[in-house]
Amino acid sequence: MSASDIITRFQLAYPAAEGDPGFSLSVDTRLPGRGITGIFGQSGSGKTTLLRCIAGLQQSDAGQLVVGGETWQENGVFVPAHRRPIGYVFQESSLLDHLSASGNLQYALRRARPTPPAQLYDHVVALMALEPLLARYPHQLSGGERQRVAIARALLTHPRLLLMDEPLASLDSGRKHEILPYLERLREEFALPILYVSHSLDEIARLADHVVMMKAGRLAGAGSLAEVLGDLHMPLAPDDERCVVLEGRVTECDPHWNLARIEIPGGHLWLANLNLTVGQPLRVRIFARDVSITLHAHADSSILNRLQASVAAISAEEGKALALVQLRIGSSVILARVTRRSLADLRIAPGSQVWAQVKSAAIVS
Amino acid sequence: MGFSEADWIAIGLTLRLAVTVTILLLLLGTPIAWWLARTSSRWKGPVSALVALPLVLPPSVLGFYLLLSMGPGGPIGQLTTSLGWGTLPFTFWGLVVASLFYSLPFVVQPIQNAIEAIGTRPLEVAATLRAGPWDRLFTVVLPLARPGFISAAILGFAHTVGEFGVILMIGGNIPGETRVVSVQVYDYVEMMQYERAHWLAGTMLLFSFVVLLALYGFRRQRQGTVLRMGG
Repeated sequence: MSASDIITRFQLAYPAAEGDPGFSLSVDTRLPGRGITGIFGQSGSGKTTLLRCIAGLQQSDAGQLVVGGETWQENGVFVPAHRRPIGYVFQESSLLDHLSASGNLQYALRRARPTPPAQLYDHVVALMALEPLLARYPHQLSGGERQRVAIARALLTHPRLLLMDEPLASLDSGRKHEILPYLERLREEFALPILYVSHSLDEIARLADHVVMMKAGRLAGAGSLAEVLGDLHMPLAPDDERCVVLEGRVTECDPHWNLARIEIPGGHLWLANLNLTVGQPLRVRIFARDVSITLHAHADSSILNRLQASVAAISAEEGKALALVQLRIGSSVILARVTRRSLADLRIAPGSQVWAQVKSAAIVS
Repeated sequence: MGFSEADWIAIGLTLRLAVTVTILLLLLGTPIAWWLARTSSRWKGPVSALVALPLVLPPSVLGFYLLLSMGPGGPIGQLTTSLGWGTLPFTFWGLVVASLFYSLPFVVQPIQNAIEAIGTRPLEVAATLRAGPWDRLFTVVLPLARPGFISAAILGFAHTVGEFGVILMIGGNIPGETRVVSVQVYDYVEMMQYERAHWLAGTMLLFSFVVLLALYGFRRQRQGTVLRMGG
């Protein structure tokens, strides 16, 4: 809770019609006004509608919206979209076709209020590597390039809040990986709160600090990335795709084995050293399916990363072979996906002290 | 042989009429086209039908009702009389008003098609870039719908130049005031002066062909959204 929070309360309903199940949005929550908040959910869950309500592109029947202490919507008050200090990145290409890339950027820059600092343009163009593209028109740009221009254009409005509606969804996976580093740089270089709508757990895991989970127009959960990913009952993804993301820091590089030691809250991991430097902060993603449980520390295992853990909770369903186990390692939480039979054979229950063997972990940013 | 002095007067009058009508129609037609392109009102159907009526009505029918409404007993006539302008039939401005109705669909429909083709997304984009409603009109709608406006202007102009029936009903045949080229051709034919008729009629034929050629050439070049309507 802080003054920079975004208070959102929206009620909105489209009645069902023939061939159309209708849709209703009902949200009443505070979103953090700092960092990247991932708004996550399946298509049709109302994420985009929520974002459009915040942008003022869609008017809800009843609602309240207070951003950083400023009321944008409340009974009788509705600040139109063009008076809200937001940047908006649309899902598909949204460049104005009659303007070149630089024309699109200037369109935003000329209208930005308050007038942005003089170096903003050069900074943004360099950040998104747009110099060679400036003279081109939208139809001469690839999908990924168009989206980079669109992100730069949103930044040039000098927004106090950046809204991104599935900015990568219209790109193939190659183009996606071309854009993701730019988004990470954006997070590092601009102290700008971002609401990032996505149905991809992968993007959320890489980018988000906080997660809001939407389901059928309602909020299904919210919290820090670690809390939400570690929650056994959060319907994030099929169990075999569940993962956690830990924030860590490189504390040691071992040139002999080409490994790096990553300190995480409650322990450390040795990972393949891909150009890491000591002191570098990073995110490590661990899939539940890559974690197994032993009762003793096995020094005779080929698995390098063994962490002492206590079992916090188990989600097992009668009739299913596999169960999901929540493990606490110091202040970190990771998930393990193991068979119910193993849990029974090893007599593992909440409270058990175990060792988590992490077969693989990926550095995601 | 060339054009007679009366021919030049008719040509000048025709061009003056067409330019005036085209400018007024672009100003009046744009808000109508905008409304038709964006509204979901139940009045959209009736208004569309009204706008399109001149496409199917015989000019004599349209001219008849316009004559009645512009006359001393009609609503337009009472309005113009109360403003001290007298009644409009058999005057240049009577022709202008009649042509506004007659050429309306040729201007509204291309603009409406162009605005519909733009969709709402570019306007939303401009709004998130801090552009207000008027700003959006001039910096987004007009540039993106420009092919539609060019088609509308060409069609409105050409169709007004080609008017005959409505003019005869409203304007009669007064040299320098209401005798446009098409009426002048009619007069020559009535008087069996086929050679003079040939000069004017041939010029009109050539003019119309060139205008349409330019329109279709322009349309092909833009690949698209301009013209979904016959004449």
